[in-house]
Amino acid sequence: MSDTPHRMHHDMGGQPAGPVSLAEHEIEPWEKRIEAIMRCLQLRGTPVVTVDELRRGIEELPPKLYDTLTYYERWIASLTNILVEKGVLDRAEIERRMAALKAARGKVAP
Amino acid sequence: MSWGEGIASRFKPGDKVHVAARFPAQGHIRTPFYVRGKTGIVERICGQYRNPEELAVGRYGGAARVLYRVRFPQTHVWPDYRGNPKDTVEIEIFEHWLEPAK
Repeated sequence: MSDTPHRMHHDMGGQPAGPVSLAEHEIEPWEKRIEAIMRCLQLRGTPVVTVDELRRGIEELPPKLYDTLTYYERWIASLTNILVEKGVLDRAEIERRMAALKAARGKVAP
Repeated sequence: MSWGEGIASRFKPGDKVHVAARFPAQGHIRTPFYVRGKTGIVERICGQYRNPEELAVGRYGGAARVLYRVRFPQTHVWPDYRGNPKDTVEIEIFEHWLEPAK
């Protein structure tokens, strides 16, 4: 047993870190789409997903994944997990769709 | 009308408060790790909001809780702080994370 209090991985304020990159970058169309999807999910009288759930999903990501994903990739991972958890999406269905998209990559849409 | 007026709150601006030294291993906690167990002064009452810890797990019907802005000396939060000794840091913390400090 350690006496060190438990710190969740994302709660890293004040931890040793390298320099912070302040470089600006263009927001990609898929990133804007994720932002828009999240807004729509929140906008109902009874939201499908709250911003707090989105955050919880991000904070539950395994530390290695949390560190490697980009900002909106974390949103995708969290939203996917939360929507599967709520029964809105089905994981097998997502995987089938991803496989179909991957197979169609580079081909002209009919 | 200033913020916090008319809100039934356990603490008022100027009160000395202690942040609970709780370290849950899961859940969505908005009280940063680095201020837990620290003592600060209530700077203002920010209003009443539903608890993010409940909203994060799909419980949307909970009661609103009082949110405070609490001021801490940087030298208290970071014992190795090298900046101006009068520097402070302010964190917004829900009432259920605060206890009266002696």
